[in-house]
Order: sequence, then structure tokens, then C-alpha cells
Amino acid sequence: MTCCNVDVGKILKEYSEEKGNLMEILHKIQNSSKENYICDDCMKKISDYTKLPLNKLYGVTSFYTMFSNKKRGKYVIRMCESCPCHVLGAEAVINSFVDELGIKVGETTKDGKFTLEHCACLGLCAVAPAVMINEDVHGNLKPEMVKDIIAKYE
Amino acid sequence: MLNININGMDVKVEKGSTILEAANKIGLKIPTLCHIPEIQKIGACRMCLVDIEGNPKLQASCTTPVVDGMIVKTNTKKVRDTRKFVLELILSDHPTACLTCERNTRCELQTLAAELGVDIVPFRGATSSRGKDNDTLQLNYDGSKCIYCKRCETMCNEVQTVGAIFSQKRGFDSEVGTPFNLPFKDSVCTGCGQCVLNCPVGALKDNENIDEVWDAIYNPDKITVIQVAPSVRVTLGEEFGLKPGSIVTGKIFAAMRRMGFDHIFDTDFAADLTIMEEGYEFINRVKNGGTLPMITSCSPGWVNFIETFFPDLLPNLSTCKSPQQMQGAMVKTYFAEKMKLDPKKIVSISVMPCTAKKGEAKRPEMGRDGYSDVDIAITTREFAKMIRQSEIDFLNLPDEGPDDPIGISTGAGLIFGASGGVMEAALRTALEVIEGHEIKNVDYVGVRGLKLDGFKEATVSTQIDGNPVDVKVAVASGLGNARKLMEKVQAGEADYHFIEIMACPGGCIGGGGQPIPTTTEIRKQRIEGIYKGDKDMPIRKSHENPAIQVLYKEFLGEPNGHKAHELLHTHYTQQKYYENLKK
Amino acid sequence: MKFYRSHIILGMDTPSLLAGAKGVRDTLEKQLKEKNIVNEIRIVETGSLGYNGVSMIIYPEGIIYTGIKPEDIKELVEEHLIKGRPVKRLMAIESSQKDICAGKQEKLLDGQVRIVLKNAGSIDPENIIEYIAKDGYMALGKVLNENTPKEVIDIVKNSELKGRGGAAFPTGKKWEFTYNTESSQKYVICNADEGEPGTFKDRLIMEGDPHAVIEAMAICAYAIGANKGYIYVRGEYKLSIDRIKKAIKDAEEHNFLGENIFDSDFSFNIEVCLGGGAYVCGEETALIESIEGKRGEPRLKPPYPPVCGLFGKPTIVNNVETLANIPQIILNGSDWFKKLGVKGSAGTKVFTILGDINEKGLIEVPMGISLKEVFENIAKGTRSGKKVKFAHIGGSSGNIVPFNNFDIKLDLNTLASSDLTHGSGVILFVSEDIHINDYLKSVAKFFKHESCGKCTPCREGTFRIYQFMEKLNKKEGKKSDISKMKDLCKVMKNASFCGLGQAAVNPFLDAMTHFEKEMMEGVKEGKK
Repeated sequence: MTCCNVDVGKILKEYSEEKGNLMEILHKIQNSSKENYICDDCMKKISDYTKLPLNKLYGVTSFYTMFSNKKRGKYVIRMCESCPCHVLGAEAVINSFVDELGIKVGETTKDGKFTLEHCACLGLCAVAPAVMINEDVHGNLKPEMVKDIIAKYE
Repeated sequence: MLNININGMDVKVEKGSTILEAANKIGLKIPTLCHIPEIQKIGACRMCLVDIEGNPKLQASCTTPVVDGMIVKTNTKKVRDTRKFVLELILSDHPTACLTCERNTRCELQTLAAELGVDIVPFRGATSSRGKDNDTLQLNYDGSKCIYCKRCETMCNEVQTVGAIFSQKRGFDSEVGTPFNLPFKDSVCTGCGQCVLNCPVGALKDNENIDEVWDAIYNPDKITVIQVAPSVRVTLGEEFGLKPGSIVTGKIFAAMRRMGFDHIFDTDFAADLTIMEEGYEFINRVKNGGTLPMITSCSPGWVNFIETFFPDLLPNLSTCKSPQQMQGAMVKTYFAEKMKLDPKKIVSISVMPCTAKKGEAKRPEMGRDGYSDVDIAITTREFAKMIRQSEIDFLNLPDEGPDDPIGISTGAGLIFGASGGVMEAALRTALEVIEGHEIKNVDYVGVRGLKLDGFKEATVSTQIDGNPVDVKVAVASGLGNARKLMEKVQAGEADYHFIEIMACPGGCIGGGGQPIPTTTEIRKQRIEGIYKGDKDMPIRKSHENPAIQVLYKEFLGEPNGHKAHELLHTHYTQQKYYENLKK
Repeated sequence: MKFYRSHIILGMDTPSLLAGAKGVRDTLEKQLKEKNIVNEIRIVETGSLGYNGVSMIIYPEGIIYTGIKPEDIKELVEEHLIKGRPVKRLMAIESSQKDICAGKQEKLLDGQVRIVLKNAGSIDPENIIEYIAKDGYMALGKVLNENTPKEVIDIVKNSELKGRGGAAFPTGKKWEFTYNTESSQKYVICNADEGEPGTFKDRLIMEGDPHAVIEAMAICAYAIGANKGYIYVRGEYKLSIDRIKKAIKDAEEHNFLGENIFDSDFSFNIEVCLGGGAYVCGEETALIESIEGKRGEPRLKPPYPPVCGLFGKPTIVNNVETLANIPQIILNGSDWFKKLGVKGSAGTKVFTILGDINEKGLIEVPMGISLKEVFENIAKGTRSGKKVKFAHIGGSSGNIVPFNNFDIKLDLNTLASSDLTHGSGVILFVSEDIHINDYLKSVAKFFKHESCGKCTPCREGTFRIYQFMEKLNKKEGKKSDISKMKDLCKVMKNASFCGLGQAAVNPFLDAMTHFEKEMMEGVKEGKK
């Protein structure tokens, strides 16, 4: 059972309601997708396997901000805009990402490489302002650093 | 018993009661929006807040259980101000164009705003961007009016276990909707309309066909033929201020005549016809080793449900069309032939307690030679609206009857309107046919009544070909109960011969197209009306209906015969859902 | 076991990596090789040491170096490791150095006391042996051999430990509820869904000392009669998830988890659950919903989780920091714990200190320290040199304390009597160049984003507050906006379904008390 080149069936075998690991399964399926999302067909497959009706499953994925049912870029840039980052200049950093990539927050670049997202505190306040690009952390940011950071991603 | 003091008055209540229930006992009407008695207690809308002594924060009375010795105030300044404020918050994200809203003057939110004295909405600004759905036959959704009370969601998931809609997203963007915001028609929605029936505002409403009906009436080339379903006569009165269960059969026909319909019939007649066909089908199945239990197929919400969720049980479903479709088929064949009318010129209209009937009428298999059995199905609510649009003083109309030749009906046809009625009507006919003599007691009370959780069972002893047989029957209303029963059948744990299912709790009297509000109490009163009507009928068995006898003699031949099969029976196909979703 | 004459504990947490810890390590390895002392010195990579920049502790001396750059390494190796002369210019603080290894009541810098962070930074979190060597799993062994479950509950009750997640409910009492509820199945949940902006203490505990959490959960399970536990970790905390999972696996291999632990009748297993990015899941019933694979909307209470929680069974939900106290309480006794801190606020509290200050980071201090002491002695004033305007304590849902009120003591009683809370322990210092309206807009945006939407006051209220703040921040507000907002906040506090909506208004109410005049600057001239 594959979908979006993800072996959904294999990941789903780990599912057990008792373990309370639906969320982890969703993370795994999403992370395996090149486009950082869970497509509608994957959702149907998950629903069939877990016996969680699709309406409720969609209720879950649309509730949690880390999940997406829309295609995203290869790299998802999560930009913290909570107070500890905000007071140290997060807004300027966020604007710099927006300018540099030429997209609005919530959008994906035309080449499918980057998606910009706002997010709540990432617990990286010691190096505020900070962003996460997929699983990499970038902290103590200044607007002028953004260009080089983006350039690092192939 | 627990003691509670509300506004200085002592009340005794059962353990487990909520403050709201205690307040109701002393005649207080605490405002609620998200609450459905006995069904939904989520404490989300925060309209029913009360002040409990010793608690610094206000508490929702609909969910807070009474504790012995509790002292509660429901009308302090703090409580009233807070409730009003909460209401104002709801209104801040709700259109104020009440005049042009479907629910104008019959909207719970509007009523509360008037009661609490909201004169201005202090918060304005951005509103939520919830979707719309005008693309579904049975209902219409306008998310901008949604107040997120989740009553529809609870009906769809907990009561009906359909699972078409659910809460999505979060915060200010929260909405109740189908997965991926598909149109309802592309979801598992059965069209039962229980969501519409429980919407406090105009977010969910009928997909109205009133204009098409008026167009047909005004069109000189068209012949309009209308029918009215059994349950509508005990509910329509509510739209004009009568008590639930009041029987207004005569006024309905009088109103139809004054509105300009050309021919006026009663679906009760077709219900009798259904009993003939279904009764004989049942006898055949029992005698000839057919698939049992046989399950009724009158309720289109139910048919959609079984086609979607229990396709393996489709052979159990009676092949009989529903009364609406049988009536339509007879109008366009027998009646047309008799009156020498071109069936293609006939516009067949039905007044139904049901939103799902709109979908049933449009099924491609329901018709022949390029025309449908029924062209337009409207709900009780739409019909009431048309009466109001017709300058008719409904309450002062004389009692009139339907037209000939298919105007006669029986008590058996009437009780189709309540859960257990189809079963009872079928037994009245089937047992007499099987035993070959008259049976005096025709009241099968075991299958009557409103059962919200679970199903009714009964055993009737009879003789088939000289052998004693205990006929076991079961009756369920509400799709959640139907699901439980079907799971039992699937597991081989049910040895019933005959099962009646109606999609809506209490049967058609609680249908998705009925007047709002439809509460448990109102359902009970409507059921009483149905059985009172039955008792007063001169004929109470379908096979004794003289018009039915003539119909078979003149036109159909034998019940379950060739012609009857062609016109009055149908077939079912599995409904696959969420196939071919986009990548 | 191989003998090393020195251990270098090197902080390799995220901030340290950003500060160049990797370069420091590579240079260090190179130097050790060059000097041919690779076999004598062991480098242990660990989580945060609680200092700024790249930091390390060299044992057995226990000397702490901070702000290390690769170019310092040569000197460090030659002077300290070869000649035995500490490099003063890199040492964290000279005077207190001796106390670092002084036993159980480790006195740290500037009045810090470490119980919860006892091991964080001094052991290799991925090596269970090091945890065991530091008395790890001794508390579990002790209770299984010496105490009845009731006795364990009494110890915790007597310690007066209160929940560190924000609500400060007495932990022992909570355990007792579940102990007293009869059920064949009970659960222990560790709430590691740290979402309060500015907080990362739980992350550091999990990254630095994961076994302490596991041990504490096992002790709790034994006390209340549970055999299954869940750790609900934020989905974004990749390293924490990996460390916790590894620790669980190691603990299972050593039979600290699994069947018949310490050859007793007690069996206990732990699952790791992941969050999905929802602040509200820090609320215990929303968290339970999330573990069950549902939307994280809070449940109706009562029934409370200790009676009816996960899968309808009695469930204890404790915060990471709360749990991390447990093994130490068991080992050292309730009285020892009570003596730390002040009356009514036993033990220590981990704070994260942030904002425009010189020393950002994590501190563990006895209850009762004043905000002024934190600001002056630990944070060491503003980095920008500007005047500090206020501290926002307890996270976004916490209180705003203006500079004039910095004398307030940070213990539960004092805070409660001023209607304040230390919440999850964040102290964010904001200097005068940040306009209050700009700051509050950022707070409002957070709550607008994180409200679950279930109840009216929070769903609509958080959104309307954001709108007001947006307008005020653009200087397009009306005078009446502020009074409307005040009414709105009061209603949200009184009428919201769960703690999120009730607490979200705290900073706004405080700001309207202390900074009303400044907020008024957002009013467009002439607008009423």
C-alpha cells in the first residue's frame, strides 16, 4: 500500500490505538512524503486501516498545525513569532524570509523548495529569534543572515 | 435526592441531574445554544452560565452536576451581563441580515438576542471564512451563519453514526464540515437532515425547491399532481401555532386545492400499496427460503446508509420502492392512463417529512421512458412556507379530502409516519393473508413508541401452511440504532424474520424535513397524534382498502406480479465513498 | 572499565551548537590527539549546561568554562589538562567553584540549587550507566523494597511538592485521588507538551536527564497502582523524543521498566506519544484526547483525570519538572525538600530567563527568590543597556510585572496573594524600547493562533483582542477599544471553558492596570 511514494502500509502496521500513536504515525507518513504533507488518498488509507472515520481524521490533521493536507515545499521553514522571539526582532527576520523567497507566509515557492509558516514558540528562546527548517535549528538570527541560510539548502 | 437552592428556591432533584435540569423544574428557562437535551452536553457556547456560591468563575449549568447543598443564582447582574456579552461575541461573527435569512423570526440566536436585550454588537471586524455548499440535493450549507454549537456534528456522528461532518481546524477558523470540505454529496452524507433539524440558526437548511413548484403551477402546459406523506398531517400544524400531534389532514388538502394543484392525493394510499407489495414479498421470502431477515426500504436516508456502510446486506433489503415513489409511479401510469394524460406533462410533487426524499426522487432508476416517478420533493417546512406565500389562512380552512380514484387510505398507511408503523401495517396484512382469516386485534403495541437508544423487538405467533411459526421482528429508528442492529445481523446474532428501519429518531415524525424545533418531547406528541389518527380510521388494514383492490384488479394484477415488479420495485447498488480523492 | 583521569562534559544542546560547540569539540579532539592524551581524557557530550555560549565542565575538579572558542582550546589543554592550572579568564565564576561537587545540595552559581537539574549537564544522557552511577534508579529500588504504595504517597504529600506545570496542584494529593479510585487499569502520563512561549525547561530535562523522568514515572505508577505510562512530547522536540526513546529502551534492558521490576510484583511500561503543534494540549484533558488520537479539545470536568482520564481510566498527569523532583524526594526525604524554598512553596523552581538581558538561560533556584534578585544577580541587567520596563512571568498567559514591582518574591504564596502565577517558569525581561502595544499584539497573536475554538469566549475573544491590539499598534484605535477590551477580558476570565481562555487575558488585564497611558498612545486622535 504505497501512496506518494510512501509505504503507508508499512508505517500503519505500527499503529495501535492502545499505544496512542496515531499522531506519531501521521508524523511518520508526512515526513516520508517528499512534499511534507499527507495527501487525501493517504488519509483514506489511514482511515481505512485505523477505522477512524475520515471526517474525524481530517478533524485531527486540520487541528494540529504540524500536519498539512496540502503540498508543501521540500523544506518547511517554521518561523517563531512568540514573544521571546518577537522582543528580539523576529518580525524583521520573518519579513526578510518573506522578501528573500518572494512568497507570503503560508505559501510555497514555485520550485517547490520552501514553504513559509508562522509557528508558536519552538522552545528555542535561548537563541531567539529562531526558526526551524525541517529539523535544523537556526537561532540568534538577524535579517541579513537569512540570505545565506536559504542558500545552504539544495 | 439532592437539595439545591436556586434563586432562593429549594429544589430536590435526582442524583446526576444538572443545574439546568433543576432550574427547569422550577420553571426557569436558562438560555442555551449548544445543548440538546439527552443528546449533547458539551458546555461550549457558555450561554447558560450561572453563579455557584463559593466558585469565583461562572459555570455552565447544562453540564454542571448538582451537588447536595449547592446554592445557585441564575439572574444576578454578573450572570446577565456575562451571558449578554457572550451572545454579543457570537453575534460579532454572525451576519445581521436577519430579514433575508431563511430562519428569520424562527431563529434561536435571534430570539436570544431579543430576550437578552442586545441592541448593538460591540465587536465588528473580520469574520470567519467558512465555506458554502449549494451543490447538494438534500440540504444547503452556509458557513458564515454557523455559530459552532456542534449540534449538527453530534447528530451526524453520535446519533446517526453517519460521520459526514466533523469539527475542523481550530480557534477562530473552526468549522464543522465534511472531510477536505468536499460538497456534502461527495461525502458519506445520507441526506437524513438531522443536522438541519438541529441547527439553531440558518447555517444548515433545506435545499429549497419551492420556486420549481410554483413554476409548475403557473405553467399552463403542465399538470401538477401532489401527494402528502403520512407524518406531515401531525406536524404541519406546528408551523401555524398548533400543538405537536394536532391532525390537520383535511386542511392540507383544502390548502393544496386553493394553491392551484391540479390533482391532490395522499401518500397514505401508496403506503397501503407498499404494504401489499412488501407483505407479499415477505410471505414469499419466508415460504420460499428467501434472504432473511427482510429489511424495510421506505426510508431513503436508511437506503443510502445501507448502500454505503452495509453493502453485503443489500440482498436483505426489500425491493419495494418507498410510498413516495410508488405513488409517483401510479400517478404517471395508472392515473395518467385512466385520465388520458400524457405522463410527460405531469409534474409529480410530494410533500415529505424528509430531506433525503429529494435525493430519492432523483435516483435514475426511479422512472421510465425519460420521466421520473416524482419530479419535486419538498419538505413539511417548505410546504408551510408555500402556504404562507399563498395568502391562505390555514387554521380557518375547512376540512377537505383528496381526489379520486386513488384517494382512499387506511390507518395502516397512516402509521407509516412513526417508527414501528411499517412493521405493524405489514403484520396486519401479512398475518391475515398467511392465516386466511380475519384477525380482530390489529394493535401491535410492542413495536410502537420512541426508543432513542437501542431497538424494539417483538415475536408474533402464526401458522404457515399448517406449521406454527414464531415470527420475530425488530424495529429501529435513528441510523445509530440501525447500525447496531445491522452489526448484529452481520455477526449472525439476530434471528429476526423482519426488520423495520427508519433513518430518523422516532421515524418520519422526527424526519429531517419536519418543523423546527423537533425535540424528544415533540416527537412523542407527534407519535400520539399518529396512533390517534389510526384509531379513528374506518379501515385499518391495507388489503381492505377498496381503491387498492380496484388498482390490482384494473391495472397491476397480482401483488408481486410482473407489472407490479416493473413499476413498484427497485434495486440497490453499493455506494462507494471517498474513491478517487485527489492526490 | 577504562579509567580516565579527567572527564570533559561538553554542552552540545541546540544553543551551544549554534554557538560553535562542534568546532570546539573537533579542535579539542585534535589537541588531545596532538598531545597524546586521548586515552587519559574522556569527552562526554551532553545537553545544556545552563550557561551561555559553548560551555564545559572538567571533572574531577568540577571547573566550569563558558564562552569557549576553538582558539581557546590549545590554552585550556596545555594549562588545565597538562599543567593542572585552571584558566581563570574562561571560568564561569571563580568564587563558587568549590561548591560544585559538594554533594547532594549542590550549590551552584548565584544562589542556584539543583535538584531537578542535578544531572542535566553532568552526565551523558544517552548512557544509563552514568545515571545509575549518580544514584539513578535507587529511589525506585528503595520504594519497591521498603515502601508500600501508601507510604510513597505520604512521602510525596509530606514533601508539599506542587505541580510545576502552572496550576500548582499538590502532587501527593493528586496521586492519592488515583490511588483511592479502584480500577484494574490506571495510567501515568508525563506532560512534556511544553508550549508556553519562553519555556524550554522540560526539553532540557528530557535532553539532559531523561532517566530521572522515567524513574519518577515508575515510582508514581507503583504508588497509584498503574502499569502503563505515556510521555506526551511536543512534536517539534526531535532530540527530546530520541533521547527519551533511547532511555526507555535502555531502562527496559536493565529491567527498570518491564515485567517484575527489581524482582518485585511491579510491572510498568512506557510509550512515547507525539504532539502535533497545539498549545492547548498542555491542558491535561486535551492532552489525553490527543493521546487517544483525537482533536486536542479540553474535556468537561468533572470527572477529573485522576478518576476518569485516558481511555476512561484513572490517570495521573504530571509535568516533566514535577516528576524530576520525585526521585530526589524519595532519596532525601520530605523534610529535606521542604527545607528548600519557603513555607508553602517547597523545593526549587526552574525558571527560564529571557529577553533583553545579559545572561539568558535556565536557572534552578529555591522558591522565594525575588524578581529583582533574578534580574540583577542572575540575568545581570539588560544587554542593550536600556532600562528594563517589565517582566512577563509565567509565559504568555502569565502576568506582566512592571519594574517598580520587581521586589515581589517568586514563591507560590506570595504570587498567589498578588493574583499572580509563575506558571511554567518563564521570566521574560522587556526593555523600554518595546512599546506595550507592540508587545501585546504579539501575545494576542499567539492566543488567537492557539485557541482550540470550542467555547465562545475564547474562540471569539482571542480573535477580537488581537484585532484591538492590531488597531492600537497601528495607532488606529479608539478610546472605547480599551474599555471594551477590559470587559472582554473579564468575561473570558469568568466564562471560558478551560484554563487557556481564562488565563490568556492575564497579560492584557495587567497591562491595562500598569500601562494604560501607554496603551492610549495607540488611539487615533479624536477617536472616542
